[in-house]
Amino acid sequence: MSQKQEEENPAEETGEEKQDTQEKEGILPERAEEAKLKAKYPSLGQKPGGSDFLMKRLQKGQKYFDSGDYNMAKAKMKNKQLPSAGPDKSLVTGDHIPTPQDLPQRKSSLVTSKLAGGQVE
Amino acid sequence: MAGAGGGGCPAGGNDFQWCFSQVKGAIDEDVAEADIISTVEFNYSGDLLATGDKGGRVVIFQREQENKSRPHSRGEYNVYSTFQSHEPEFDYLKSLEIEEKINKIRWLPQQNAAHFLLSTNDKTIKLWKISERDKRAEGYNLKDEDGRLRDPFRITALRVPILKPMDLMVEASPRRIFANAHTYHINSISVNSDHETYLSADDLRINLWHLEITDRSFNIVDIKPANMEELTEVITAAEFHPHQCNVFVYSSSKGTIRLCDMRSSALCDRHSKFFEEPEDPSSRSFFSEIISSISDVKFSHSGRYMMSRDYLSVKVWDLNMESRPLETHQVHEYLRSKLCSLYENDCIFDKFECCWNGSDSAIMTGSYNNFFRMFDRDTRRDVTLEASRESSKPRASLKPRKVCTGGKRKKDEISVDSLDFNKKILHTAWHPADSVIAVAATNNLYIFQGKIN
Repeated sequence: MSQKQEEENPAEETGEEKQDTQEKEGILPERAEEAKLKAKYPSLGQKPGGSDFLMKRLQKGQKYFDSGDYNMAKAKMKNKQLPSAGPDKSLVTGDHIPTPQDLPQRKSSLVTSKLAGGQVE
Repeated sequence: MAGAGGGGCPAGGNDFQWCFSQVKGAIDEDVAEADIISTVEFNYSGDLLATGDKGGRVVIFQREQENKSRPHSRGEYNVYSTFQSHEPEFDYLKSLEIEEKINKIRWLPQQNAAHFLLSTNDKTIKLWKISERDKRAEGYNLKDEDGRLRDPFRITALRVPILKPMDLMVEASPRRIFANAHTYHINSISVNSDHETYLSADDLRINLWHLEITDRSFNIVDIKPANMEELTEVITAAEFHPHQCNVFVYSSSKGTIRLCDMRSSALCDRHSKFFEEPEDPSSRSFFSEIISSISDVKFSHSGRYMMSRDYLSVKVWDLNMESRPLETHQVHEYLRSKLCSLYENDCIFDKFECCWNGSDSAIMTGSYNNFFRMFDRDTRRDVTLEASRESSKPRASLKPRKVCTGGKRKKDEISVDSLDFNKKILHTAWHPADSVIAVAATNNLYIFQGKIN
């Protein structure tokens, strides 16, 4: 027994909690949520789930640190501190030169998993 | 629902109950990121249960044999072996940090006394051999029992070393390392029914490997567009058919599943079958494509069906019918009216897995608040259960949970706004034959057994 479009029709009961009116208006909650989102972020792209998401996904793990740029910037600034990335350290790129402090630290020594009864050192 | 492989639902007429059996892992609230379980997998017999975590470690549990003197320990899983499978790496050429997180573990069918499994992180797949050693040789000629070399001039007689029993030692050693074949992040591995080859899939490509050969693999699917600006979908999961060694499927971020036949051509860019549920254009919203993204695809044991998991539902497909799924089961439909906040906190991108029971009569998948859902395909009943320390008394049966969506909350119900979205159950596994399930709740592994009262 196949399920019809869940947004359009009330879901076929498979022992699920009855949602009555909410289910019949199934189409509206999603649209209402979309309106909420657009109100918060008016510049959100017209293309839903498009290239932006995918590109972000494909670039996971990318770290930007160029020791040449860093040392040259440091030389120019001399005594002054280089501006740091600020609270959002995950996106260290753009018009700011990343510093070693901005990049997340590498993990420390490896210990046995707690599932195997490993102790925290 | 009785019998081996039976699953299902306490709501039925028969008194089948899921009961707490064991929980593994630390109790404290502070969860170290490395301890987060990222994959759970039973082997073919169900005697071994492997977990992988974000710290790149694998822990294997073994089921205890029946023991008359300790009847309650029957069927308990205890630690068998643990090892560091992957370590963090940095690709200096691409300025890319490579996580050690184990994305998937897949067991090979057992062919001799040793056990083999494949484990993978984002970039590298490793074949591990897990073997037992319970004997060692004693009475060497050239060295003492403590390993010190003996002075050859003092040796006056020769002896034959003899094998003596020793305490069981389980050793894990990497036998093959399959590296440098993926530009993008590996999301799936799947062992072929020929037991000689396996596939690995990343966001844009799928490669075919031979288990003996590490320096080359064949690319069988490539969906990378010539111009990356034209990228519209990525591969989210892939799996080989359980019996037909030439057939595999892969799912996409757009909610489609393609079935490919390796006999038709070397490069399977053109699918043999295309599974997609038609969408009503009038109900389309900003979220439609995101929530249609398939996070997991699994063939049934029979090979006649497959199951796909998208954000809000699980769908069962008949391989002979591409036009629409056979069944659709709602996992947490009440989240449809929370999509805005779920998008803001990134939960909408969570990748839930799903699994079949041994007889393909029931399916299971996780949700939030440490809830997981089971659907009995025969009785059409479903149940929501919770993996929590509170209901963790030995052999205590799990009480069905209910989420209330409307205004009036009944006693024992939990309202949608009280759900803890940090407690996600992304990974679950079902014993291939018995009523035993393993549920990963962040850093804890729960094992539940089914009983008929």
